[in-house]
Amino acid sequence: MPSAIEARQLDVGYGGRQAAVKVLAGLDLTVAAGSFLSILGPSGCGKSTLLRVVADLLDPLGGTIRVLGETPHAVRSRRDVGFVFQDSTLLPWRTVRDNVRLPLGVGLRSLTRKIEDRSTELLELMGLGALSERLPHQLSGGQRQRVAIARALLGEPKLLLMDEPFGALDEITRDRLNDELLALWRRSGTTILFVTHSIAEAAYLGERVIVLAANPGRVVKDLDMRPLKQEGNRCKREDAAMVAAMADLRVALERAS
Amino acid sequence: MRQAPLSPQTTVALPVLGAASILLAWQYILPLLGVPAYIVPTPTAIFGVFQKNFSLLMDNLRPTLIEALAGFVIGNLAAVLLAVLFVHSRVLQAAYFPIVLFFNTIPILALSPIIILIFGLGMTPKIVIAAVICFFPTLVNMIRGLDSASGNEHELFRVLSATRSEIFWGLRLPRALPMLFSSLRIASATAVIGAIVGEWIGSDKGLGALIIQATFNYQSDRLYAAIILSSSLSIALFCLVVLVERRIIRY
Repeated sequence: MPSAIEARQLDVGYGGRQAAVKVLAGLDLTVAAGSFLSILGPSGCGKSTLLRVVADLLDPLGGTIRVLGETPHAVRSRRDVGFVFQDSTLLPWRTVRDNVRLPLGVGLRSLTRKIEDRSTELLELMGLGALSERLPHQLSGGQRQRVAIARALLGEPKLLLMDEPFGALDEITRDRLNDELLALWRRSGTTILFVTHSIAEAAYLGERVIVLAANPGRVVKDLDMRPLKQEGNRCKREDAAMVAAMADLRVALERAS
Repeated sequence: MRQAPLSPQTTVALPVLGAASILLAWQYILPLLGVPAYIVPTPTAIFGVFQKNFSLLMDNLRPTLIEALAGFVIGNLAAVLLAVLFVHSRVLQAAYFPIVLFFNTIPILALSPIIILIFGLGMTPKIVIAAVICFFPTLVNMIRGLDSASGNEHELFRVLSATRSEIFWGLRLPRALPMLFSSLRIASATAVIGAIVGEWIGSDKGLGALIIQATFNYQSDRLYAAIILSSSLSIALFCLVVLVERRIIRY
């Protein structure tokens, strides 16, 4: 399978090339197209930074990175990347529907393909049909994240970057959204990079889980979850193999912290 | 112990009763205390001016209204445009914002004679004074408002490859509107103050001129009527701003 992401000896930091504080150092990472990668790591290990480099929101200091075989800039300019933030980042003056439709209103000049207004379909799919004329402040945290995901999907991205999107939600809502996300992923074939603090979430969602260590950020554990799961990345949270994998990830995470 | 909340009817009735009690005390107790009418005329005497000299009051209200409104529009518009320029060019902001800041420290009363020297005695200098007095708070608030979108919001627009103008109209401007309106509320009162200050210094028309003439002629009932009228003008402008704000900002 071709790679969605190929990073070689990637250095990322702040403060310019000379006096840089390195957040990621010498990071090597290959992500297969269409796969679901979970990224775990302690605070400050560069999980979000990695997503920002892939999304062309941050330039690396050194090394190479190819996204869908091209530079992050080329991919971002074509709008092949979707980003879901932890705080949903809905625009408070737009209704739910208008928030979902944001990709139809901006950045069209650089777009080569035509995107359709699938807002009605996506709102129904995310269980937001009845809320489409509400304003963001009238929604619960879980509903807001659903809107953010619907907005990201409307642009039909080939690569979906999710930065702790369910971090602020209660456990029941989080579990439900995990299942909805997996269903969407199976249907769309989009590559997903999913950053989380939760070991259980990372293991449940990812076909593969990587653990990053901090100072500077690097991959210290790379666990293929596919042998533990059934077809279509399906599993039960309480399976013995899953519990063992989570224990394994916990040890790696504790060492990394 | 926390007090129980008031019922909606009481919340409306109490300020009315409060105002009525003060008016009654003013009408009946102040004369009994020997306060002469040329210092504090009674409410009925002031009300009498509105009946007797209504056309005089209206003739003086009109120029003040026009000056305050024109100053409000021009001052705020200039502030908004300059704020847009400043947030798009950090070089211009660094070069000229300190000068604007210095300009703002000059008391408006000291500045007014200069403005009148430049623009003469017509309505123009009053409009300029009203505009100047509105300008600074709106400029500062608008710059802050245009810069108030979060890092994530900017990144969201960047991921969507939004152009600078799309970021401006779709993100920066809507983010700035609540702050713009809070300075417009302040400006609704200060525009009237600016117009009146301008009329004090050089005019024979307008509420400011009427206030000066009434003071020098010991026509205190007329003076108080002019004061009430100018404060009503500020309140009306304020309500207009709030009305527009409620239509535009629904979140």
